[in-house]
Amino acid sequence: MYLYDEIDQKLVDERVVQFRDQTRRFLAGKLSDDEFRALRLRNGLYIQRYAPMLRIAIPYGLLSTKQLRRLAYIARKYDRGYGHFSTRQNLQLNWPKLPQAPDILAELATVQMHAIQTSGNSFRNITTDHFAGVAQDEIVDSFVWCEIIRQWSTFHPEFSYLPRKFKFAVNGAKSDRAAVAVHDIGLHALRDEKGEVGFRVLVGGGLGRTPAIGFVIREFLSWRHLLTYIEAILRVYNRYGRRDNINKARIQILVKERGPEKFREEVDAEWAHLKDGPATLVPEEIVRIESRFTRPSYLRLPATDAGLEAALASERAFANWHKRNVHPHKKAGYSAVTLSLKKTGVPPGDVTVEQMEKIADLADRYSFGELRVSHEQNLIFADVQLSDLYSLWQEVRELGFATPNVGLLTNIICCPGGDFCSLANAKSIPVAEAIQQRFDDLDYLHDIGEIDLNISGCMNACGHHHVGHIGILGVDKSGEEWYQIEVGGNQGEVRPGRGASLGKIIGPSFARAEVPDVIEKLIECYLARRDSDAERFIDVVHRIGVEPFKESVYGNADQRAAHRRGQLASA
Amino acid sequence: MATLIKERRIVADSWHLLERGPKGELPEVPVRGEVIVPLALWLARREELLSRVGTGTLGVWLDASEGPEALAGDVQRFPLIAVNFPKFGDGRGYSIARLLRERYGFKGELRAIGDVLHDHLFFMEQCGFDAFALREDQDAQEALSVFGTFSEGYQTSVLRPVPLFRRRLGASKS
Ligand code: HEM
Ligand code: SF4
Repeated sequence: MYLYDEIDQKLVDERVVQFRDQTRRFLAGKLSDDEFRALRLRNGLYIQRYAPMLRIAIPYGLLSTKQLRRLAYIARKYDRGYGHFSTRQNLQLNWPKLPQAPDILAELATVQMHAIQTSGNSFRNITTDHFAGVAQDEIVDSFVWCEIIRQWSTFHPEFSYLPRKFKFAVNGAKSDRAAVAVHDIGLHALRDEKGEVGFRVLVGGGLGRTPAIGFVIREFLSWRHLLTYIEAILRVYNRYGRRDNINKARIQILVKERGPEKFREEVDAEWAHLKDGPATLVPEEIVRIESRFTRPSYLRLPATDAGLEAALASERAFANWHKRNVHPHKKAGYSAVTLSLKKTGVPPGDVTVEQMEKIADLADRYSFGELRVSHEQNLIFADVQLSDLYSLWQEVRELGFATPNVGLLTNIICCPGGDFCSLANAKSIPVAEAIQQRFDDLDYLHDIGEIDLNISGCMNACGHHHVGHIGILGVDKSGEEWYQIEVGGNQGEVRPGRGASLGKIIGPSFARAEVPDVIEKLIECYLARRDSDAERFIDVVHRIGVEPFKESVYGNADQRAAHRRGQLASA
Repeated sequence: MATLIKERRIVADSWHLLERGPKGELPEVPVRGEVIVPLALWLARREELLSRVGTGTLGVWLDASEGPEALAGDVQRFPLIAVNFPKFGDGRGYSIARLLRERYGFKGELRAIGDVLHDHLFFMEQCGFDAFALREDQDAQEALSVFGTFSEGYQTSVLRPVPLFRRRLGASKS
């Protein structure tokens, strides 16, 4: 956990004072709706379908149990007793009242939290790998770099009114678990031949209505130049990004309109002025930030545990959970554990305050009082002793968070959709639930193997549907809710050799009731064609293309033509 | 007439802002008084206006889509440069101001004009503006309090050219 120093704390406190004054002036009629909107969005307040929605930042997904308890307290006192963990590692409350928002921010500030820049056209909360600091394939601890960028981006005076929102992800391990290629800027940590840390810098990725994979603007940027280089990118974007059309205002459009090469030249020209200037990072600052992170005091433990082995051998349900929800750790004798928030019948990512409090108790007892939020909307205990896994499993199961489905079909990423969101074309939560119900046979799920299924209720893509191996998108057809299916998306190089890709739409959309059938057909198509169970759904799509999947759903080209003729004849 | 805040005080404004006409035509430049002319006018009549600049009675204003590049070597001649904010959410002016101060070494009055609102003054000042022609409906007295909003800042800015992390290190060394 990064611990604030006096200045960090003071800035967050001053933010509360500022927002209290802004809210006061708004309620007194001194600020127009439009003017206040820009200000409240910078504090995470949307006006939603039923009430304002407050998006609380969980910087890079890292949370202490003290903070989680405070979140529970807030959700109980100011909201309806639950919160929603989002794909951007934030927590959303769906029912707070505007006049109380400053009080909520003040409560957050007491535990070193805030809602700064969680919406609006600003530099947003930075996301990263949920296994940062514990992954076996670690290159650097990405939390440290995230914190450095968090500070740099917080209240940046020059970049507070960007053309559009700006999303930043950092990955510090060999596997990309942060989806860096679909962010406005993504960093992938590397070491050069001398062992010096640097970053591959990607720019112009994003989801939303015009999804794009980021392009590599720099193959290796030394860590020293990190801030000056980002500053150069942001300055070019701030000056030349489009402001005439909100749908063309993301940096990806600027990159496209300029062309990647030209864009790189412009950034380099700007950087030439900033490089080696005062914002150049120094080793002492990295050490200072590192040393403000509390670290677990690990015990020296053997790499295996006899009790664990025995439990795995004797109890199948535990073994299933272990296979899916327990992950390797860089320290011998420890592992990381995912608490699945994807139980059938519960909106993905939703947690009640009672659950938050119980989770906090468990994290205190089993994982050094810390936890993480993953962009797959699950919670992670990063540092659990092998000998504790069995008893942790029993307790987590009691809470309903032991669904052994991490990486599997029912671990669906899903946005709030039409149940909560005023921008939605269609509901998404009931679709997730119907699919989870269809695939409730665990053996079958495990047999299908690793697959990402993502659902968004509209083209804003909050549910990452473009990068699901199967993506589902809610669309509006003359006032009715329909669903378009995509196949072949991939969030990034989670496995070596299979980089980020965007899904392709397989054909005309479906009514909600048809969706589980369609998914089943796609899965059957995959199972019939895979070489072995090591070949994942996405690997098969890449090997044989989308056409066989299309056929499995709509029939072959002749059948489709016949069907169309039939439709025309009956019309 | 808009209220002017300059160097954190409410002051009377002696400058006259010249705008293009309804069809985009360039304005006439009155012979007397302190005037701020659009960039295009300056570029079109630079030679004849040079002497006026020399007397300290001619400033220039840039729109958000324009940049200090267009003034280049002339920047330091001006007693005043204004930057227009067409809409408060349009953040281009912040970059323009920093460039004028940091790259082009502009020392004169740097004035924010247009949709200039209370809640934006703090960042504007950090970026190098020292004068603010507030939008007419703004309460200037109340706005004066805004400059103390944040007592620190992490980044480099015109007011704090050395970033916080270097100042922290300096403090811990001494
Ligand atoms: C319910 C209130 C919400 C509203 C009004 C909302 C609004 C939006 C809008 C308008 C966009 C598109 C922006 C663009 O295309 O430039 C967007 C994108 C996105 N939102 Fe949301 N959102 C909401 C909730 C959420 C939630 C709950 C999550 C996480 C589960 C989320 C995560 C994202 C992500 C990951 C993107 C795509 C990022 C990208 O475009 O690159 N949003 N949201
Ligand atoms: S994808 Fe659309 S429906 Fe879903 S939360 Fe985002 S804006 Fe709302």
